[in-house]
Amino acid sequence: MTEQLKLSIKNLNVFYGDKQALYNINLNIMEKEVTSLIGPSGCGKSTLLKCINRMNDLVEICKTDGQVLLDSKDINDASQDPVLLRMKVGMVFQKPNPFPKSIYDNVAFGPTLHGMTNSKEELDHVVIESLSKSGLYDEVKDRLFDPGTGLSGGQQQRLCIARALAVNPEILLMDEPCSALDPIATAKIEDLIAELKEQYTIVIVTHSMQQAARVSDRTAYMHMGELIESGLTKTIFSNPQHQKTQDYITGRIG
Amino acid sequence: MIEILLITILSLALYGFALNKKKAKVLSEINILHSQPHYHGLYTAFLTIVPAIILLISWSFIMNIIMGANLKDYFSDITDAGLVEFYTNGVIDYVEGTTDAIIDHVGFIPAVEYYQSLQKTSSILQFIVTLTLALILFRYSMRFVEVQFKARDHIERVVVIIMRASAVFAIFVTLGIVLSLLFETLRFFDSVNVFDFLFGLHWSPQMAIRADQVGSSGSFGAVPVFTGTLLISFIAMAVAGPIGMYSAIYLSQYASDRVRSYAKPIIEILAGIPTVVYGFFAVITVAPFFRDLGAFLTFTNMSSESALIAGSVLGIMIIPFVASLTDDALTAVPKSLKEGSLAMGATLSETTKKVIIPASFHGIVGSFLLAFSRAIGETMIVVMAAGFAANLTFNPFDSVSTVTVQIVGLLTGDQEFDSPKTLSAFALAFVLFFITLILNVISLSIVKRYREQYE
Amino acid sequence: MNNISSRNQSEKRFQFYGKVAVTLAISFLVILLYNIFSTGISAFQQTYVAVKLDIPASVDKKSINPRSYLNKSFLEMFPPEVKSRNERKAVLSLLSKGAKYEFQELLEDNESSSLQGYFWFLASADLDMYIKGTVKRQGDTAGRLDEVQMQYVDILESKNLVELQSNKYLFSAADSREPEMAGIRGAIIGSLYAILIAFLVSFPIAVLSAVYLEKLASKNKFSDLIETNINNLAAVPSIVFGLLGLAIFLNFFNLPRSAPLVGGLTLALMTLPTIVIASRAAIKSVPPSIEEAAIGLGASKVQTIFGFTLPLAMPGILTGTIIGIAQAIGETAPLLMIGMVAFVVDIPGGPMEPSTALPVQIFLWADSPERAFTERTSAAIMVLLVFLVLLNLTAIYLRKKLEKKW
Repeated sequence: MTEQLKLSIKNLNVFYGDKQALYNINLNIMEKEVTSLIGPSGCGKSTLLKCINRMNDLVEICKTDGQVLLDSKDINDASQDPVLLRMKVGMVFQKPNPFPKSIYDNVAFGPTLHGMTNSKEELDHVVIESLSKSGLYDEVKDRLFDPGTGLSGGQQQRLCIARALAVNPEILLMDEPCSALDPIATAKIEDLIAELKEQYTIVIVTHSMQQAARVSDRTAYMHMGELIESGLTKTIFSNPQHQKTQDYITGRIG
Repeated sequence: MIEILLITILSLALYGFALNKKKAKVLSEINILHSQPHYHGLYTAFLTIVPAIILLISWSFIMNIIMGANLKDYFSDITDAGLVEFYTNGVIDYVEGTTDAIIDHVGFIPAVEYYQSLQKTSSILQFIVTLTLALILFRYSMRFVEVQFKARDHIERVVVIIMRASAVFAIFVTLGIVLSLLFETLRFFDSVNVFDFLFGLHWSPQMAIRADQVGSSGSFGAVPVFTGTLLISFIAMAVAGPIGMYSAIYLSQYASDRVRSYAKPIIEILAGIPTVVYGFFAVITVAPFFRDLGAFLTFTNMSSESALIAGSVLGIMIIPFVASLTDDALTAVPKSLKEGSLAMGATLSETTKKVIIPASFHGIVGSFLLAFSRAIGETMIVVMAAGFAANLTFNPFDSVSTVTVQIVGLLTGDQEFDSPKTLSAFALAFVLFFITLILNVISLSIVKRYREQYE
Repeated sequence: MNNISSRNQSEKRFQFYGKVAVTLAISFLVILLYNIFSTGISAFQQTYVAVKLDIPASVDKKSINPRSYLNKSFLEMFPPEVKSRNERKAVLSLLSKGAKYEFQELLEDNESSSLQGYFWFLASADLDMYIKGTVKRQGDTAGRLDEVQMQYVDILESKNLVELQSNKYLFSAADSREPEMAGIRGAIIGSLYAILIAFLVSFPIAVLSAVYLEKLASKNKFSDLIETNINNLAAVPSIVFGLLGLAIFLNFFNLPRSAPLVGGLTLALMTLPTIVIASRAAIKSVPPSIEEAAIGLGASKVQTIFGFTLPLAMPGILTGTIIGIAQAIGETAPLLMIGMVAFVVDIPGGPMEPSTALPVQIFLWADSPERAFTERTSAAIMVLLVFLVLLNLTAIYLRKKLEKKW
C-alpha cells in the first residue's frame, strides 16, 4: 500500500458528565484521502470529529480517555498546545460561520493571528491563494473588502474553507459542510473536496450516504457511540460486513 | 361629605348588582339568556358607578379652576402674578387645613370666607347632582333585564375602553413631564436669557434670594453644572466600564456554569441596593478612605467632596448595568462564530477580542450609553457625596456639582415662589430629561438594530 | 510565527483581568454590606442606667414631679460631693431627656404599688456611644464626656449600674432630635402608605395597558408610539418624576405637601413602565394555544383574557410588580421633591398626614452632624435591605413557580 497513516485513534472513550458518548473507538485515517463518518443522528460522528482538534475541550463536562495520534504523537498530551494543534487541523462547520468582517479579513484572520506572514504583500498572497483554492476568488475578487456575511450560503461556506486553508493545515475536518446548502452549492463543495484531497487529509461527517459514496475514499459507520465498521467506501457500500451497516445503507434505520 | 357620597354610590351599585343578577337568574331558569346573570348585575353596577365618578372628578376639577380664578380678585392690588398665585394657594391650603399660616393681607380673611362658603355650596350641589345621576341610571338599568339583552357585550366594550385609557395613560405621563418642565422652563427664560443659561460660565443661584443683596441678580450660567455632571459621570464610567466589561467577558466566556450562576446574581445585587445607601457608604467609608490615601501619598489638596469620591461610588452602582447589558450583547453572538475562531487556533482571549467583541460592538456601545445615562440622572449619591458649589474644573480632586444636586438643593428647604432660583431647577431638569431621553433613544435603537442582525 | 508562549501568557493575563473584575465587583458589595452591618448592629441595643427609687405604695404617684424626682434619685446614688451646679448638670446629662417620660410612664403603670429598688432608664447618646465603644477613652475624657462625667461613669460601671439592653425606641418611635430616642417607625409607616398607594394605582393601570398592548391593540403607528413611550419612560431619571409630582400633585391639584399620598402617586408613575414591560413579557409567554382553545369554545376575547391569559401570566406579572415596588421602596430623590423630607416626630395616622419614608429618613440621619445617628442610619439601612431581600425572595419564589408550569 502506498498510503501513509496520518491519524490513528485508539481506544477512545468520551463522556459528557455521566453519559458516555463514544465507546472504545479505533480508527485509522490515511494521508491525503477523504474519510467520511456516517451514521444516524446522535451516533457520535460530530463528537468524534471534535476529538481530532480538541474542540471538545470547550465543553466543560466533557472528558476523554484513549489516544488520538497525529503523526504518531498524542494530541491529548499535556505538551501539545491546542492552539498549535488547531493550526494543523482545520475545521469547517455545519452552518457557514463567516466572521462579521470583510471577506479579506476573514481569510487573513488565521495568518495574522499566528503571525505567519511578514508583510502586507505576503498576506495578500496568502489570502488570494486560499480563496483560489476554495474556488471563490474569481467570484469575489472585485469585492474583497465587502462583508463576508453578504455572500450566499454556498459562497460563505467556501469562504470558511478558504479561511481554514489560509493557515496551511494538514488535516481538514468538515462537519456536515453541505447540510445548510442547496444542491448546486453542495455540488460545488463536493468538487472542491475532490480537488483539496490532493494536498490535504480530509475527514468529513455527512448525513447523506450518497455524498459519502461520491466524495470519500474510506467510510466509517457509527451507531450509538460505537464504531460499527470502517473500510474502503466501495467495500462498505457494496458489501457491508455488519447487519446494522446494511440496515442503514438500505435505509431501514437512520 | 365626599366619603358619604362615595359609600352611598358604592352601596347602590352593590345593591343593583345583586338585584339584577337575581332577576336575571330567575329569567334564566326558563329561558336561555344571551349573557350570564352576573353580567346583568355588573351592567347595573357599572352604570351606577362610572358616570357618577366621572362627574365627580370633572366637578372638582372645574370647581378648582373657577374658585381659584375668583380668589384672585381679593388680591387685585398686587401686581406680581406669582405672588397672587402664592396667596391664593395659601387661602386654599388654609381652608383645606394643610396649613395654619395666615397671610398678612387685607384680602386674606374675606377670601377665606368666600372660599369656605363657595366650597360648602359646591359640595352640597355636588352631592345632590351626583346622587341623582346615580339613582336615575340605577333605575334606568333595571329595565334591561331581559332575555335578548347583550349585557356582556356592553360590559366588554367598557372594559376595552378602560384598557385603552390605561395604555394611553403612559403617554399622558410623558406629556405631563414635558409640559410641566417646559412651562416652568419658559417662565425661567423670561428672566434669564437662554444663551446665558446654556453657555454662561458662572453658576450661583443662591445670590438671588433677596432683592437688596449685593449681586442680587444671581448668575445662571449652567456650564459649570454640566461639566461637573460630565466629570462625575466620566469618573463613574472609568470605574464601571472596565470592571463591568471584564466581568461580563469573564462570566460569559471563561467562568464555569456554576461560577456564573452564583456570580451574576451577586453582581446584580449591586443594582438593587437603594442609591441612598451608596450615598451613605460614600460619606462614611469611601471619603475617609480617599482622605487617608491622599494623606498617605502626601497629597493634601483633595476636597472631601471631590468628584473622585462621588464618581467612584456612582461607578460601583452602575457596574451591574454595564455588566449585564454587555453580557447580553456578548452572549447574543452566535456560538458558531466563537467555535469558528477557536478552530482556527485562536486562543479564547484572541477570539474574544477579535471576533466576539467586534461582533457585539453595537450592543456594548448601547450598554455603555445606557449606563452613562443612568450616571447622569442619578441623584442621591451625588447629593450626599458631591458639593453644591459649582466649580468649573476638570480636576477630579476638586469639588464639583451636578445637575441633580442643583435641582435638589434648589427645590428643598425654604422655597420661594417663582424666583428664577426655583425655576432654574426646572430648566436644569428639562436639560437632564432631554439628554437622558436622547441617550436612551440612541442606545435602544442601536441595541435593536444589532439584535436584528443575528435574528 | 508569533510566539506561542507569549500568546498563552496574554491569554492568562486576559483571564486574570476578568477574574480581578469579578472579584472587585463582588468585594465592593461585601465591603458595603460589611460596613453597614458592622456600624449598624450596635443600634439594636441601647445603654440604660439603673436609678435607685424608693417610693412606697402609699405615696400618691400623681404628686410626684417626674423630672425633679428622677434627678434627685439619680444624684443620691453618688457620694455626696456632687455639689456644684455645673457638676450636677454634668452628671444629670448622663441620663437621656427621654428618661423622665419613661419614669412618668412607670409611675402611671404602678399607681397603687410601690417602686423600690433599681429601675433602668434610658442613657444619653454620649454615654451610649462610650459604652458601645464607638468613642474611646482618651485620658480622662471620652468623646463629649468630660472628666467629671467620666468619674461618675466609672462609678456606675463599677457598680454594674449601666448596661446594654435591646433598643425599644428604634421600632416604636418616629424621628427625634435626641439620637437615643429616635426611631424609624414613622418612616416605615410612611413608606408602607406610599408603597400601598403606588401599588394600588400603578398595578391595575399597568396590567390593563399591558393586556391592551399585547392582545387588543392593532399594530400601527399609535401602538408603536405607546410602546416607545413606555420604554423611554422607564429610563427617565427618578428625580424628574419628583418634579412631575411637584408640578402636578402639589402645585396643580393642591394636595398636601409631605404626604405619603403624594409620594405614593409619584412613585406609582415611576414604577408604571417597569410593571408594564414585565407584564407584557409575562402575557407574551402564555402559549397562544390555550387562548385559541378558549376562543374555540365560544369565549369572547375579553373573557379569554380575564379567564385564561391573565391568571396564567399572573406569576410573571407579580414578579415584575414586586421588582418595581422594590425599586420604589428604595427611591429617595422624588420624595425629596414633594417635601417628604421634613422632620416629623409623629407617627403618621393616615396617608394625608405629613410623613417621611424609610430611605428619606436614612438620608436625613446620614446628613446629621450628630455622630450618634451614624449607627442608626446603618440600622435603618439594614431594615430597608431586609425589606428588599424579602420582596426579592418572593419574586424568586414566584418565578420558580412560574417555571414549573411550562
